[in-house]
Amino acid sequence: MTSYLFVVLGAVLVNNVVFVRILGLCPFMGVSKKLETAVGMGAATTFVLTMACGASFVIDRWLLIPNQLEYLRTLSFIVTIAAIVQLTELVIQKTSPLLHQVLGIYLPLITTNCAVLGIPLLNVSLRHNFLESLLFGFGSAVGFTLALILFAGIRERLEAADVPVHFRGTAIAMITAGLMSLAFMGFAGLDKYK
Amino acid sequence: MSALQRLFKFHGGVKPAYNKEASTGLPIAVAPTPTLLVIPLHQSIGGMPRPLVKAGERVLKGQRIGGADGNASSAVHASTSGAVVAVEMRLMPHTSGLSALCVVIEPDGRDEWIARQPFDFRKASPTQTRDYLRDAGVVGLGGAVFPTHLKLNPGKHGKLDTLVLNGAECEPFITCDDVLMRERAETILKGAIIMREMLSARQVLIGIEDNKPEAIAAMEIAAQAANQAAGDLAMQVVSVPTRYPAGGAKQLIRVLTGIEVPHGKRSTDYGVQCFNVGTAYAVYEAIALGQPLISRIVTVAGNVGQARNYEALFGTPMRDLVALCDPLPDSDRVIMGGPMMGLLMPGDEVPVVKATNCVLVGSRKLFPPPPPEMPCIRCGECAKACPADLQPFEMYWFSRAKIFGKAQEYKLFDCIECGCCAYVCPSHIPLVDYYRFAKSEIWAREVDKEAADIARERYEFRLLREEREKQEKAAKLAAKTAAGREKAAAAIAEAAKPAATPEDDTKKALIAAALERAKAQKEQVHPGNVSNLTPEQEAEVTAIEARRAEIREMAKPHLRQDD
Amino acid sequence: MLEAILVMAFGALVLGAALGYAAVRFRVEGDPLVEKIDAILPQTQCGQCGFPGCKPYAQAIAKGEAEINQCPPGGEEGIHKLADLLGREFKSLSAEHGIEKPKSVAVIDEQVCIGCTLCIQACPVDAIVGAAKQMHTVVAPLCTGCELCLPPCPVDCISMQSTGESVENWKWKYPVVKINPAQREST
Repeated sequence: MTSYLFVVLGAVLVNNVVFVRILGLCPFMGVSKKLETAVGMGAATTFVLTMACGASFVIDRWLLIPNQLEYLRTLSFIVTIAAIVQLTELVIQKTSPLLHQVLGIYLPLITTNCAVLGIPLLNVSLRHNFLESLLFGFGSAVGFTLALILFAGIRERLEAADVPVHFRGTAIAMITAGLMSLAFMGFAGLDKYK
Repeated sequence: MSALQRLFKFHGGVKPAYNKEASTGLPIAVAPTPTLLVIPLHQSIGGMPRPLVKAGERVLKGQRIGGADGNASSAVHASTSGAVVAVEMRLMPHTSGLSALCVVIEPDGRDEWIARQPFDFRKASPTQTRDYLRDAGVVGLGGAVFPTHLKLNPGKHGKLDTLVLNGAECEPFITCDDVLMRERAETILKGAIIMREMLSARQVLIGIEDNKPEAIAAMEIAAQAANQAAGDLAMQVVSVPTRYPAGGAKQLIRVLTGIEVPHGKRSTDYGVQCFNVGTAYAVYEAIALGQPLISRIVTVAGNVGQARNYEALFGTPMRDLVALCDPLPDSDRVIMGGPMMGLLMPGDEVPVVKATNCVLVGSRKLFPPPPPEMPCIRCGECAKACPADLQPFEMYWFSRAKIFGKAQEYKLFDCIECGCCAYVCPSHIPLVDYYRFAKSEIWAREVDKEAADIARERYEFRLLREEREKQEKAAKLAAKTAAGREKAAAAIAEAAKPAATPEDDTKKALIAAALERAKAQKEQVHPGNVSNLTPEQEAEVTAIEARRAEIREMAKPHLRQDD
Repeated sequence: MLEAILVMAFGALVLGAALGYAAVRFRVEGDPLVEKIDAILPQTQCGQCGFPGCKPYAQAIAKGEAEINQCPPGGEEGIHKLADLLGREFKSLSAEHGIEKPKSVAVIDEQVCIGCTLCIQACPVDAIVGAAKQMHTVVAPLCTGCELCLPPCPVDCISMQSTGESVENWKWKYPVVKINPAQREST
């Protein structure tokens, strides 16, 4: 039981997908201008990533490995993820037009989110079982959401701040992201004192 | 009596130097009527009153010169009798330095009143009383000039618990309410009795800051007399701790009753309504004496030799009032209101209006220019001082960056612009200026949006109308063609019928007569070649005639149809 | 190799079928974007953008057929809002469509008006009242200042007058910070 907890907590904080693994930076920079969109994007990513981890585990374990087709892993994972994202978009558009409006063009961005491909691949290399895969995917997505929301909160304030001209816009955002990354790196030191 | 009253506290507030003693030393004096009165038509919140007089007309004291524009407006009256010199744009007592429509009256010195009649509000319906007060121009005299008749409404429950009379007067330098309570306590309470009856309020709480012991004493004596006369204990004078802004309506309600009116609610929802003591006085004058609001008590203070309270007619130039008080030579500005919330006037020639509780003369020495603004260090002093429980530093942050939506999320419109935050700010940021800027921008945007919505609606309606008109035209045209065809067909049918109308008959008779005449002439004029004919020739002629007749008979129907 | 192709083809087939089904099952009609763009446009209905009204322009923007910088009455602020909404880059107002002017309303010189009703037909928001051979006048609060009534007038009796500032619509100015340390010492 504790091992599962560690998988989740580790994915959320210690190995935060954005700040420590440096994955999924494009949506992290792109969708973090407003808090509402950040929350929506985080929720959508959480859903997609958890589904993608489950689906890719099944494909890997029952389709690719028995047929010795491991070299197709990346390709088949991408196809699966793309399909899940499309499906999610269609369902959201129908069931929650509001959320679809908030996410707008950002939802298809999840398709190209390297975190969504990276986490299923990490699942394979870390030899996670099915439940662990799901939890790892979920945890990573929560970590991504956390990073996105924190960053969006800061960026909303940055918009009103007196930033020196040359640092305005993306430059100050990058610096902020770097500082936040440093802070999250601090979690890695936790296990030394256990 | 006040010892029985449990007091509450409002959050924040500051204690600036009060500077009130200078103007309370002397009793209220009546300011002399100036040589020219400039009475702005728009003196209260709400619609701009319509001018009712023209240049050249003679007006009497108390005559209505501006009619209320709709219910959310208030009338304006002539302050004295005289001739209307002009109805024109004049400089307003407003920071903008802009002009607005004013009635300029040259007093004739006779000070002749209109016929004054007390208004029996007990016999009139509440709506009639409110309309009367609207036309008497009674507005809140605390400074916000909100029409009083709109506030004298007990709300959805039909009655209130508490009527609060605001005598706190917390702003430095201003003492107009203080001296009014000292000298005319009885009249104020008579007004309060009228208000209480209109609102069906259970009790009247009169909140006075404890730095006005004379006013408290005077009001207590008057309240006791009023209670004795009424045989109850409804009137209570409550001394409240001196702290700026205890005179804010929401703050005073909080201190006296413990009720905190939340965002988006009115105090009447909680059974409380608050009026300034000056307003109660004006209500009494309007209802019991039939005198509309034409003057008020104005404190003249600041950089003057002898500060004093004057009863000034509306329209009196501030310059005249200041001149009565020996202004010091270094005076360089006139502020309407106090140093915390007052508005800088564009000049000293602007008139005294209903909102003028104080004419504050300033100088560089008395109000030195603020030190340069420094960056906000987010120390939170402003939040500690805010009596409206807001976060001024957040509202400042977003107002400064012109992110108005966010500023509104921090409840910018609950800000009463009391100036406490700017007073305590260690970075000397003129916070209130930022809030005023943000508020007016948001208002302007809302006005624009409303105009755009109306334009969109009208444009869409026009398109709809054009489409409808097109269809109607097409339908009309189709109907017309159909009608034309029908008419033609009817005409044919008509012609086919034998003679029917009398008109036709006469015509036919005429034609027949003409034919007869022609026939007779023909018979008279016998053709020459038919005389002396042989019998063979005659027989031939008869045969030919017969044939002709036959042909005529045969041709008849054809001819008719061609007709 | 064949296996790989088969597996991928199978996967593609299954997922494609699922997506196709979802596309039919969860079809959404209507375009909320046009409404949102229309809400930002100033509703002057002046046609300076090259479209016959604000709504057609909004539709053209939504379809990507028009630029966002073609609306002079909306001004720079309107372009900023559109850029924010659509995630496009800000562009300054295109000069060929006109320049930003202060808000004004049409005023008919009633002495000159001959009552031809041409301006009434031109007004997109029905803000001009009058009848044939009768004097016309503009209902000022409804006038959007689109200037569409100016060209049809045969006697040039319509002029645009700036609404200007009054005590009612006056706005508090942005507090200007004087950064001048020497100023303090000199006083």
